[in-house]
Amino acid sequence: MKKIIAIMMLLVMTTALCACKGGTDKDGNSSDSVYYGGKITVGITQDLDSLDPHKAVAAGTKEVLYNIFEGLIKVDKDGNFVPAVASSYEISDDGLKYTFELRSNVKFHNGKTVTPEDVIYSLKRAAGLSETPEADVSTVSAFNIISDITNDNGKVVVTLSSPNTELIGYFTSSIIPCDYTEQATKPIGTGPFKFVSYSPLTSIVLEKNADYYIEGCPYLDGVTFKICANTDSAFLELLGGSIDVFPYLTNDQAAQLEGKMNIVDGTMNLVQALFLNNAVAPFDNVKVRQAVCYAIDRQAIINVVAGGKGEIIGSNMFPSFSSYYDKSLVNAYPYDQAKAKELLAEAGLADGFTFTITVPSNYDFHVRTAQVVADQLAKVGITAKIELVEWSTWLSDVYVGRNYTSTIIGLDSQLAPSDVLRFYPSTSSKNFMNYSNAEFDEVFESAKSTTRSDAKIDNYKKLQQILTGDAAAAYLQSPAQLVAVSRDLDGYTFYPVYVQDIASIHYVVDPKTK
Amino acid sequence: MNFYIRKIVSFIVTILSVALLSFIMFQVLPGDAAVARLGTEATPEAIEALRAEYGYDRPVSERFVSWLKGAVRGDFGMSMRYEGMTANELIASRLPVTLTLAGMSIVMIALVSLPIGLLCAARPGGYADRISEAAAITFMAIPSFVTGLLITLIFGIWLRSFTPGGFVPPDEDAGRFIRFMIFPAISVAIPKIAMTVQYMKASVREQLACDYVRTAKAKGNSLHGIMWKHVFRNSMMPVITFIGLIVAEVLAGSIMIEQVFNLPGMGRLLVNSIANRDFNVVQAIVVYIAATVLLVNLIVDLVYRVLDPRV
Repeated sequence: MKKIIAIMMLLVMTTALCACKGGTDKDGNSSDSVYYGGKITVGITQDLDSLDPHKAVAAGTKEVLYNIFEGLIKVDKDGNFVPAVASSYEISDDGLKYTFELRSNVKFHNGKTVTPEDVIYSLKRAAGLSETPEADVSTVSAFNIISDITNDNGKVVVTLSSPNTELIGYFTSSIIPCDYTEQATKPIGTGPFKFVSYSPLTSIVLEKNADYYIEGCPYLDGVTFKICANTDSAFLELLGGSIDVFPYLTNDQAAQLEGKMNIVDGTMNLVQALFLNNAVAPFDNVKVRQAVCYAIDRQAIINVVAGGKGEIIGSNMFPSFSSYYDKSLVNAYPYDQAKAKELLAEAGLADGFTFTITVPSNYDFHVRTAQVVADQLAKVGITAKIELVEWSTWLSDVYVGRNYTSTIIGLDSQLAPSDVLRFYPSTSSKNFMNYSNAEFDEVFESAKSTTRSDAKIDNYKKLQQILTGDAAAAYLQSPAQLVAVSRDLDGYTFYPVYVQDIASIHYVVDPKTK
Repeated sequence: MNFYIRKIVSFIVTILSVALLSFIMFQVLPGDAAVARLGTEATPEAIEALRAEYGYDRPVSERFVSWLKGAVRGDFGMSMRYEGMTANELIASRLPVTLTLAGMSIVMIALVSLPIGLLCAARPGGYADRISEAAAITFMAIPSFVTGLLITLIFGIWLRSFTPGGFVPPDEDAGRFIRFMIFPAISVAIPKIAMTVQYMKASVREQLACDYVRTAKAKGNSLHGIMWKHVFRNSMMPVITFIGLIVAEVLAGSIMIEQVFNLPGMGRLLVNSIANRDFNVVQAIVVYIAATVLLVNLIVDLVYRVLDPRV
């Protein structure tokens, strides 16, 4: 235990240093200059679905609210869990008890100091254990094993009903004040920026939290997230100079901005795949699913839709999960048309078949991927019809209703390996692929609860292998994310989770002279 | 039946049918506000709970009746997407943008197309006529959103006459708001100007061919005088009707152009509300737009009666 605490203390110190890095290297190199102050405008393409962090579900909302709210812990850019509102944490050896010590100097944006009661209230609300449940609070489903949350002499103790050593990744869930009812209109958190105003379909404005517990963080005085109608209109605004940072460039747009803006590329941390409904013919036959996998040239897809940026994946895990990620599966189904035809013949479909790929039309990236996939499948005699649907329709027909044959989408995840794989246990309400494998279910349960890290890694690799062996889906790529950043700015940082961290951004020219 | 009673009855019947029709269409659409709101983290229990809160567990007919009861009082309910805001509040905050855009476009259409139409009709086959003919055909064929993109490219990015996306809310700075709105308004107006010029020309020519013009000429009046005193007034009649009809199209064009220029108006609200299945807001917008179009047509009818009491 002492060792864990020592590590935590080390982490505390490194966070204090790295949360606002840069500026220390003063070799007289002007490109390294760091200025405080100034405001920026960041373009986003989705309106916020709620300002209440426990009600927001869209990834596009959470990445913005990340700047206002913090959990007990945060994820750093290398994927480590570092304390935030908590100063340290301990996980009991049996994986049943999590103890958090709180920082003493964390204040909410209304000036009140964070108390254990606030933390308990926030966690209970996020876990669905609140005394007055609200229908539209999106509870963290992994929290359903929490049996009790108590205050032990200022420490917050979370007790679980079944062991889970990975739950720590979910304690990024936002801490909010317990006696505040206007969270949905005037949100209050502990993050480096505080809320100023929000106008639906127009913008959300934030300003620097001068009381932030890390000295000298953030650099900027304020940020406006401007809600653009779509990537095309955002692109025009980038060219016109009214947006400083835009995180969702298409490959073509990035090429056009070359030389005008800095283009930073990282990864979206998504599993993009052609997801097949395992309960619907012909994809109820593993041979047909494997045939589809062999018939797809993943590198060609990445070249066409993303100019070669992006990483091929072979199972439902992306490379950011470095220790759990099984790289050997990338080549499990090499591009092999002959093999695909052979498998089709074995499945009694030598003449091919026709099926539909249902794609949400608001995701141009997935739509273009579907077009390439359809082209490739045609070469082995499989006819894929692309059906474009609205996002709401996709949610209700494909995701909730499971009334589809196949779809192309990107699956996201919290930084817990069990979260990436949450779509596959046969009893999961998120199992929209109708995947069912008793062995998978068994290994999944033991992987979550095991405390030994080498056994955990083995288990998760095994799970990826099972999915690949079953060809549960035709896994394509972990797409690259292209971000346009004004040449006056630096410090844009990618994280292994989907966030826009404004606290790390700073001006490299004096913002006053602008 | 009295003219006014007839108009009012048809007004109410039309609005009711529009409301019923959009209500029915919403029932046919896949997905609902609860699923859209909860996204991929939805559990079946959470969806059920939220559906109950929105009243989706009640029969369709009952929901329509209760919606109608509210609507008659002008109460269109709460937005399902934006917590704590009513449909009316959301629309009220968007309305100035769309009304300004549509209003400016209509003024532009009237100011530009009427004189051009008159000028071209006065000298058929002249330079003005031939140029306007070619221009009209070109601009009629280009949809307003393409014009919008071209205008952004040329005036926004190349010439820097305005900042793309540099929209300023009217309550912040009315002058800069209007200045920014000029270019979107031009985009909406251009295709309609092309159409109105053609219409105006045809209408003026028709009048010029009338016997009374020949008589007036025979009496020695100048062409200029005839044009101004007789032809213009008479040819205005069909043109006013036409502009009245165009109001609906200008509103539709504004909705489209709002996407191109990233304007926070009714159009973007409507598109987003449909995507999020925010029924209350969609229904309210549909009713307001229908009412506006009907109201404008009513006004046109009234103006018509003033200009020509025979109607």
